[in-house]
Amino acid sequence: MALLTFREALGQAMDEEMARDPNVFLMGEEVAQYDGAYKVSKGLLQKYGPKRVIDSPISEGGFAGLGIGAAMVGLRPIIEMMTWNFGIQGLDQIINHAAKMHYMSGGQFTVPIVFRGPNGAAHMLGAQHSQNLDPILTHIPGLKVISVATPADGKGLLKAAIRDPNPVIFLESEMMYGMKGEVPDDADFILPIGVGERKRTGHNVTIISWGKILHKAMEACAVLAKEGIEVDLIDPRTLVPLDEALIFESVRKTHRVVIVEENWPFSSVGSHISDRIQSECFDDLDAPVARVSQEPVPVPYAEHLEERALPSVERMVEAVKRVCYRAV
Amino acid sequence: MKKKEIHSPDQLVSFYQEMLTYRRFEERVNLAYTQQKFSGFCHLHIGQEAVCVGVQAALQPDDYVIAGYRSHTLAIAKGIPAREVFAELFGKVTGCSRGKGGSMHMFSKQHRFLGGHGIVGGQAPLAVGVGFAIQYRAEKNIIVCYLGDAAMNQGQVFEAMNMAATWKLPVLFLIENNRYGMGTDIRRTTSVDRLSKRALAFDMAHSEVDGMNVLTLHTHVRDIVADMRKNPAPYLLEVMTYRYRGHSVSDPGAYRTKEEVQDFQKKDPILQLASVLREKKLAGDKELTEWDEIIKAEVKEAERFADESPAPELAELWQHVLVES
Ligand SMILES: Cc1ncc(C[n+]2csc(CCOP(=O)(O)OP(=O)(O)O)c2C)c(N)n1
Ligand SMILES: [Mg+2]
Repeated sequence: MALLTFREALGQAMDEEMARDPNVFLMGEEVAQYDGAYKVSKGLLQKYGPKRVIDSPISEGGFAGLGIGAAMVGLRPIIEMMTWNFGIQGLDQIINHAAKMHYMSGGQFTVPIVFRGPNGAAHMLGAQHSQNLDPILTHIPGLKVISVATPADGKGLLKAAIRDPNPVIFLESEMMYGMKGEVPDDADFILPIGVGERKRTGHNVTIISWGKILHKAMEACAVLAKEGIEVDLIDPRTLVPLDEALIFESVRKTHRVVIVEENWPFSSVGSHISDRIQSECFDDLDAPVARVSQEPVPVPYAEHLEERALPSVERMVEAVKRVCYRAV
Repeated sequence: MKKKEIHSPDQLVSFYQEMLTYRRFEERVNLAYTQQKFSGFCHLHIGQEAVCVGVQAALQPDDYVIAGYRSHTLAIAKGIPAREVFAELFGKVTGCSRGKGGSMHMFSKQHRFLGGHGIVGGQAPLAVGVGFAIQYRAEKNIIVCYLGDAAMNQGQVFEAMNMAATWKLPVLFLIENNRYGMGTDIRRTTSVDRLSKRALAFDMAHSEVDGMNVLTLHTHVRDIVADMRKNPAPYLLEVMTYRYRGHSVSDPGAYRTKEEVQDFQKKDPILQLASVLREKKLAGDKELTEWDEIIKAEVKEAERFADESPAPELAELWQHVLVES
């Protein structure tokens, strides 16, 4: 075990996979000479040279497609989106080509590629730099989608994503890059895609959360514990495929659920999970499934407005008390 | 004169037979469509047959090709058996994409035909990715990226050409300029009079060539490809061609004059090569008629294969969404 920041853990994952497989390369804006806009790829250019660590032009559609074409003929690209707000420019390639190539070609072509980068609001960046693409990306058949919250999960799942034969979307956060955690340093440390983890064990209520907002959900769990409410905190880690078994098992134990997501509420990942729970665990529920989402507005700049637009610890606590029929 | 001698009698005959095959293939496809034997969008290549014949003859079998949706004949030229293309049109499991692609999505990994794509211009970045892989592995191949004239106004094509030129990737961007994007005359939507000029923005080699004469086209492309293999770099080639039929089989093509169509039909690539064959005494009426009969029978046979092939099992619906490991 080593104490690593999130960015170091991701950098290590790429480093180890590049050492392991000469077909793996990294491309994106500022990933090489600048060491990455958020320094995730620090040192990789030095180690692997400009053939395998490539600064791209600001052409997200172009280099997303380049990666897909290269993957179709056997390379294993890691494409970094400086943030997923800009990745929107590449969605045409991801949705129309990466996600459909295997299917449209009757199984002949595969697209083993990872698109990774920070997703969701950071802090006071304004509406165009504060978007979370979970709902859009998870909507598309043919993609796997991973959203992690800890350095260890980041390393284990990024390595799995790079080795996976499918297009994998890997969602990070600017706000997490500096967070520290214990990370196994074994070069074969891999976490399976599609397996969630219970981040805290409790029996009163289930909170399901993933990505950066999970850290706020943990704060909410601590507040609730002081009031005698023990939360079973479930982190799916992978959104597609989703570890439904873990979710249902927890719901059947606690009978109450709050989904905490940093998405807009309409047609979101949370609304999908809620649907799955009501259809599979209807008789186990003691209260309607509650959701804490972002306000359905473009994320504003002013600090107090931004804070109110995003899910807060207070609103999570309130939602939990509501499903527990406790006074708020 | 000199140019013509480059082609052996066998080559002249085979160019002719190939072009005629594609003409008859597309005619048969059109017939099947009007008989409602299949549905969806269906874009024919009639009038443009010289392009893929000339280009393919300039390539090695292990070079790559990627294209848009007007690609039945491009797929056959790249080596996919005609009957598998026909079966794909009919949505049969024997089709080159197991009936899951359709007219616009022909694929063959074995023949290095990378599709068959329906998003105008979207194949250009993919082609650059293949060029990147060729350079990465220090291979000697090239990739031909077919694009329509109207695809040249798609933003991703500019991004793709910039990357290819910056990194010197062996991508031959080949514009089949048939003058129209659906019903829009390319001149109404484009600031330059020649699409090949777009290469100037990327400091990329470029040229134009007559796409109605398979011999001119072939020698021109052969020289370009030879050069690209020696000194890897992208190239933008504008091929002047014409489609006789509408944009798709449901388009009567009312946006252009009869005279315009007839003018091009006078320069028909198949007729042009027929005169060369006659001049050189390589074929007369008798041979030309015989070949036509044989080709028509072959195309009919391809259709019969498609007719008699089974549809995909229902289980295929859920297969190939993700790679099953
Ligand atoms: C991105 C995108 N926009 C619009 C369309 C609809 N569309 C299909 S073909 C076409 C015209 C393209 O013309 P061109 O590139 O010249 O190719 P041609 O059909 O002449 O071979 C259009 C507008 C599409 N398929 N993709
Ligand atoms: Mg056109």
